[in-house]
Amino acid sequence: MEANASGSRSLWQWAVQTARLCCGVPDYDVYVRHLREHHPERPVPSYGEFFRERQEARYRGTGGRCC
Amino acid sequence: MQSAIPKPSPAGKILWAAIAIVGAWCLGVVALRRGEPINAIWLVTASIAVFLIGYRFYSRMIATRVLQLDPSRATPSVLRNDGLDYVPTDRWVVFGHHFAAIAGAGPLVGPVLAAQMGYLPGTLWILVGVVFAGAVQDFMILGLSLRRDGRSLGHMLREELGEVPGVIAMVGVLVLMMIVLAVLALVVVKALTHSPWGTFTVAATIPIALLMGVYLRFVRPGRILEVSIIGLILLLASIWYGKTVNDTPALAALFDFDAKALAWLLIGYGFFASVLPVWLLLAPRDYLSTFLKIGTIALLALAIFLAAPTLQMPAVTKFIDGTGPVFAGNLFPFLFITIACGAVSGWHSIIASGTTPKLLANEGEARLVGYGGMLMEAFVAIMALIAAASLHPGVYFAMNSPGALVGTTAEQAAQTISSWGFLVTPAELTDTARNIGESTILGRAGGAPTLAVGMAQLLHGIMPGEGMMALWYHYAILFEALFILTTVDAGTRVGRFMIQELAGMAWAPLKQTESWVGNIVATVICVGLWGYFLYQGAVDPLGGINTLWPLFGIANQMLAAIALMLATVVTVKLKRQRYVLVPAVPAAWLVICTLTAGWQKIFDAKISFTAAAQKYADAMASGKLLAPAKSMDEMQRIITNNRVDMGLTALFMLLVLTMLFFSLRSIVRAWRATHPTAHEEPYVALSSVAQ
Repeated sequence: MEANASGSRSLWQWAVQTARLCCGVPDYDVYVRHLREHHPERPVPSYGEFFRERQEARYRGTGGRCC
Repeated sequence: MQSAIPKPSPAGKILWAAIAIVGAWCLGVVALRRGEPINAIWLVTASIAVFLIGYRFYSRMIATRVLQLDPSRATPSVLRNDGLDYVPTDRWVVFGHHFAAIAGAGPLVGPVLAAQMGYLPGTLWILVGVVFAGAVQDFMILGLSLRRDGRSLGHMLREELGEVPGVIAMVGVLVLMMIVLAVLALVVVKALTHSPWGTFTVAATIPIALLMGVYLRFVRPGRILEVSIIGLILLLASIWYGKTVNDTPALAALFDFDAKALAWLLIGYGFFASVLPVWLLLAPRDYLSTFLKIGTIALLALAIFLAAPTLQMPAVTKFIDGTGPVFAGNLFPFLFITIACGAVSGWHSIIASGTTPKLLANEGEARLVGYGGMLMEAFVAIMALIAAASLHPGVYFAMNSPGALVGTTAEQAAQTISSWGFLVTPAELTDTARNIGESTILGRAGGAPTLAVGMAQLLHGIMPGEGMMALWYHYAILFEALFILTTVDAGTRVGRFMIQELAGMAWAPLKQTESWVGNIVATVICVGLWGYFLYQGAVDPLGGINTLWPLFGIANQMLAAIALMLATVVTVKLKRQRYVLVPAVPAAWLVICTLTAGWQKIFDAKISFTAAAQKYADAMASGKLLAPAKSMDEMQRIITNNRVDMGLTALFMLLVLTMLFFSLRSIVRAWRATHPTAHEEPYVALSSVAQ
């Protein structure tokens, strides 16, 4: 029962993470952990700030979409 | 290397032998059963078996022998982890992201157009093409980029082939993109011409997107899922209200446009959408269209599995001789040009060398994402083919044939199409139009409407209900229009940056993407380029798609040929000449197809742009008007348009030949060299960097 619940939760997390990445927004928690570990001197942005920066970056140039 | 491959267990051997037998049996039924219609499930099963076998055996051979992927080697995401662009990510998440990025309108349109030759030629090309060309290209380019810090296709071409071919390829990509945008926008124009219901729902997406943009920016920043659900509900409401618009003459008149007016509206839309701040219009539409795209592909799969339709189109029609109404030209090379995405698509090489290589946590996972992702897209193409082939062939040809060939009334169309051997009555055509809530189904080429009718009939078969088919039809049209328009505005933006980069090579100040002048000028140039071809399609005597789709196909396959030539060059540079045929055979095939198609589009007496221009020029010389031109000015415009298309085809051929020359030069040099000469980044052990 417990394994099942954690299984469906990770499936949901997988879906959310994939959906966000499809929109060009990587995992926020991973980014925060990365900042804390490697750049403790930098300020940690809020999710809103992080989201805005990624939104601008997605449409900044190259890449594009398929036909 | 031989010892690296584990020996299969006896159970594994039995399983794969069983898959091979089932696949061969189903393929045999698909290919050989004549006279009686077959069920789509045979085709689905045969495809799945081919994909499984291709993945299990061929992609493993490429992974271990050709690319020699090494799970112990650190990937760019690990080496340059910045938490933003380079992030080691779960492979299934990367798979989902990669598939969403490569799947678009292409695999839905091409197979529908190719159905005029019957379902068999298209099916065989998709299956063989994806296993030996399309998936190989995606996988190999991803593999190359993984070994080069996730660099882009253009960058890798400059490194491995030289500066000049790099710039030439960049110009090729830009021109290809303009044609892609024009032809996709034309698909929307064809679907919405004199369709108040469709036009209203598509127009409604603009205020809905603006609302979503404001919500996402100021009300609840970054809540994508929440705002997408709100957007989806509003979209469904607009489809439902569209019926009222359609049934109220005063409202219907506001959304009733001809092709020319729609082309101008789209050109204007493309301009504004790409200069406005992205958070306001572009991004929210993008989110909505991404989710809707995946949802609708899933819906199509569900509909096909549940409805299990019978394929009404014959396996092979008489139009394999090149006289078909949907696109002109013989099976070779035009089938291989018409179905690009789904079998092999050059555009994927840009995605496979874009964000995807920066996300993979392990080299070993490239096979699932690169090769597997493309197999998924091929499956989408097969489903689109099934949806088109399950329609009444008479309805299919009525929708996709130019008015100049079948006439503009249901009576004329039914008579002409019946004379081709696809018996259909005028009542069947008008009934179909009434069922889907449209005034006519004639002249709706471009794939999207055909697929929408196919989907609507499948879904209606599962969930019947009065008036439901019209709702399903407009849902399908809306979703296709939505993601095509997202491609148009995002593509215009990307095109603008590319124009600025190219112009910046000539004069540095033009490169500044923040400057408003550079911005507007480059956007106008970009919109002007694709807008020219879109408008040309809207006034084209053969309805536009007939003319522009081959140009798109040639350009897309040209890019695929360039990507596969790069893969060939690198394989030789790595001194793995034994496996050079893996990328070289599909590269050669695409070079042959694009050059033959290009040649015929310039010199053939019947199907070339030159012949079309000549026909109108001759008529003009003797003072006659040819439909659809209504004046000598319009005659002149048709002549000019055909000459431009001819010039463009010549440019594509020149590009292919130049890249072929540079590739062969690099191959000869590398073959003679005694050491590997590829520009791979040095090996770093994953265990030495992994936290």
